[in-house]
Amino acid sequence: MNKTIVKALVPLVIFLSLVILLYNGLGKDTRLLPSALIDKPVPKFSLPSLLNDKIIDNNSLKGQMYLLNVWGSWCPNCRIEHPMVTEFARQNIIPVYGLNYKDEDADAKAWLNQFGNPYTDILVDLDGRVGIDFGVYGAPETFLIDGNGIIRHKIVGELNPQNIQNELLPMIDKYKNTIKN
Amino acid sequence: MKRILLTLLLIANTVFAIDIHEFKTEQQRLDYQQLTEELRCLVCQNQNIADSDAGLAKDLRNEVAKMIKQDMNQTQITDYLVERYGDFVRYSPPMRADTIVLWALPALVLLIAGFMVFRTIKKTANSTTNNGADS
Repeated sequence: MNKTIVKALVPLVIFLSLVILLYNGLGKDTRLLPSALIDKPVPKFSLPSLLNDKIIDNNSLKGQMYLLNVWGSWCPNCRIEHPMVTEFARQNIIPVYGLNYKDEDADAKAWLNQFGNPYTDILVDLDGRVGIDFGVYGAPETFLIDGNGIIRHKIVGELNPQNIQNELLPMIDKYKNTIKN
Repeated sequence: MKRILLTLLLIANTVFAIDIHEFKTEQQRLDYQQLTEELRCLVCQNQNIADSDAGLAKDLRNEVAKMIKQDMNQTQITDYLVERYGDFVRYSPPMRADTIVLWALPALVLLIAGFMVFRTIKKTANSTTNNGADS
């Protein structure tokens, strides 16, 4: 008698576990991928600045903790994110560098003229080659790089008050001892 | 003359619609084909980079072609992209401790299902024989 009940319950249990498994998958944003570069050194790069004729490389940024914000004037979500970046940069917590990803210099400059420039400096990645090294698959994306040049966090999509408060600020606090000067 | 030029123009258009990569050997061409079919486009996740028209897919195809021309083998090229984009860039996940469930589950389900089918068949066969004996 008991055995029959157990046997009858088996399909129900299997069904319920499937329901739980699939329910967990519902509503998950499949575009959010974990970065393979967390806790790894920042890729080597050497790129011209959009703002002047300096060349910026990974070594020249070492010693400071900074955000690297990947954007392009072609990217609608970058425009949505722009006020958030501006607000974060205004607070002077750490410098914000821009990586102008697969954009035309003229378009990028026009965009900055129209909306304002929150960036300490902007690196020009015209062909997206450095973007590949960073594992960029869309814009905007934001990397947190500590004073030792190690990537500590990545935000895919727009910066917003939640991910700044819950993800970026705690990480910045955790690694602030890597800042040298 | 005009007609010939027009025909040539049409042909040129179809040729330039796809990326052109000149490889030294047939093997390199095959490598390129295999790799671009096994690598996932990260923007349009259900396409490989061979089929996708996304900008990033095109960049990655070029990158793969460049590496093949530098005589890197398939494993080196896959590793290079996994280093940057994670395992997600591969359509075939690697066998590791944290992916073992993924690999073992189908075999396990097959085994259990097979066992159950086997048992049912045996039972039916038994009861048929018994019934036959009874009657």
